[in-house]
Amino acid sequence: MPIRQIKQTCVAVGDGMEILMKSEQLAWLIRRHGIEMTHISHGSHIGAILSVADIVAVLYNDVANVSPEKLKDENRDRIILSKGHAGAAIYAALAEKGFFDREELKTHYADGSRLSGHVSHKGVPGVEFSTGSLGHGACVAAGMALNAKLEKKPYYTYAIVGDGECDEGSIWEMALFANHFKLNQFVVVVDHNKMQSLDFCENTLALAPFADKWRSFGWNVLDIDGHDHDALRDAFAKAKESADKPTVIIANTVKGKGVSFMEFDILWHYRFPHDGEEYDGALAELHAAMPDGVVDPYEEEAK
Amino acid sequence: MRDTFVKTLLEIAKKDKNVYIVTGDLGFGVLKPFWTELPDQIINAGIAEQNMTSIAAGLAMQGKIVYTYSIGNFPTLRCIEQIRNDCAYHNANVKVVCVGGGFVYGSLGMSHHATEDIAIMRALPDVTVLAPGDLVEAEAATKAIYETPGTCYLRLGRGGEKRIHEKLDGFEVGKAIEIQQGEKVAVFSTGAIFDEVDEACGELKAQGIVPTVYTFPTVKPIDKEVILECAKNYKAIVTVEEHNLSGGFGSAVAEVLAESDGAHAKLVRVALDDRYSCIVGSQKYLRKQYSIDAKAIIEKVKENW
Repeated sequence: MPIRQIKQTCVAVGDGMEILMKSEQLAWLIRRHGIEMTHISHGSHIGAILSVADIVAVLYNDVANVSPEKLKDENRDRIILSKGHAGAAIYAALAEKGFFDREELKTHYADGSRLSGHVSHKGVPGVEFSTGSLGHGACVAAGMALNAKLEKKPYYTYAIVGDGECDEGSIWEMALFANHFKLNQFVVVVDHNKMQSLDFCENTLALAPFADKWRSFGWNVLDIDGHDHDALRDAFAKAKESADKPTVIIANTVKGKGVSFMEFDILWHYRFPHDGEEYDGALAELHAAMPDGVVDPYEEEAK
Repeated sequence: MRDTFVKTLLEIAKKDKNVYIVTGDLGFGVLKPFWTELPDQIINAGIAEQNMTSIAAGLAMQGKIVYTYSIGNFPTLRCIEQIRNDCAYHNANVKVVCVGGGFVYGSLGMSHHATEDIAIMRALPDVTVLAPGDLVEAEAATKAIYETPGTCYLRLGRGGEKRIHEKLDGFEVGKAIEIQQGEKVAVFSTGAIFDEVDEACGELKAQGIVPTVYTFPTVKPIDKEVILECAKNYKAIVTVEEHNLSGGFGSAVAEVLAESDGAHAKLVRVALDDRYSCIVGSQKYLRKQYSIDAKAIIEKVKENW
């Protein structure tokens, strides 16, 4: 299915008005692209793409100082998707924000594509760092945040981390480090969707009391609903008030959020939406929850 | 060698504020001059080599030149995936520095024997691998990796190495250095075990045996030109390294020989024979026990004379 060659997936209201995308619209588009991309590519991790969509949408739309015009701007904010397997969410956000052509999203996983399953910066505008092996990106992000501190630069560094990823020892090495070096311009967002590859986190390596762990490591901890955009915006704003501590936003999310049969079902960590009732059912649910002013980029214009 | 490294890097770092050391809580005393003079350009990342290496990559991605510093296998094997994914893949300007290549920390036990590092670091694309043979090479190598963009590995000895070169002009990454011209056998050496080669050459000379000798301060990229030239002109090439047989310096030479056209010199590798050391002892003692000392080198040269 071709992506409609439309300038905006959000429709302008009135003549000549600047179209400002809302984070809710971007989040819907990320989910819509995620379903399509994994459907076409037979790719994995739709559950994580759906759980992280709101975090990514708010960050790219309302919080981070990033844009296609600022790729080399020293003061741009840095965003690293440490849970690289949700790469489709970042690719979708970047395409919608004009970093590259939306049409390219369909090459995800394909031979010769720039868009690997795990997020890659090689030649992809807007991606700061390649990840995929868990427990790396957040530590690199801490290095970038340290640089801001050393150079007295105003930029913030955001790392999006998985809860399962917190099994990795390097995450806790980083947690010690960021606290010790008082990296207050560093924000880790944990997409706390409660599940990992084979099972629920609590059945694997229990994380609870999760917020207390971060608190005991000296972090500024904000425990919020990771699908509530106002709560996310509020948390990102509060993170900027931290004078000497790094901030972790524990964004409580639902794995597979937005497609009822994918929610909290471990099957959808790896399964892609197959032709027929899975794909159609997912789309029907997304369309039922479509925000005002959004155009489905995969729908034919005639419809 | 480690003091030479620190002294040399300190001079570089005084001129270039972008140069940083990130240590994994090691270098007691050794790093002191740097710490005293440039406290803002050195960071102790604690005993956490994975994070240390990623932090270095993060800093390097923002324009810094970062030397990660630790001993034995800690800056390499402990965090090899961070070197692969975060440093090498991103061509990050991270210089991984290991103090204690080989049996330097002999008596501390096998955990501290860095005897597979060359093989493993050499296997990574976009990593330049250096193992200087004496203090003069160590100084030149420290300067060279500063000038070499991207991820580099510097394998050092410890302290007490000899100054074997009188002076060294035109040190170049990827180039072997001729020590002496001789006949019949060419001896190639990498790293601090050069002092055993030097000792062996002294004894051989007294017996009227003079092989050609090269040091290879760079293992990757390897100096193919010198290898192929010697392959044509000598009966045998003897490689010497304080490292396991598999995948190390001798293997790098073997790869070049195996792909060369026509008849070539026989290859004899002086290296650890693919087993871990469980013997307690000093570097000198362990070199003897595992037949990589001057005596073993003399034997190999004479066998092929």
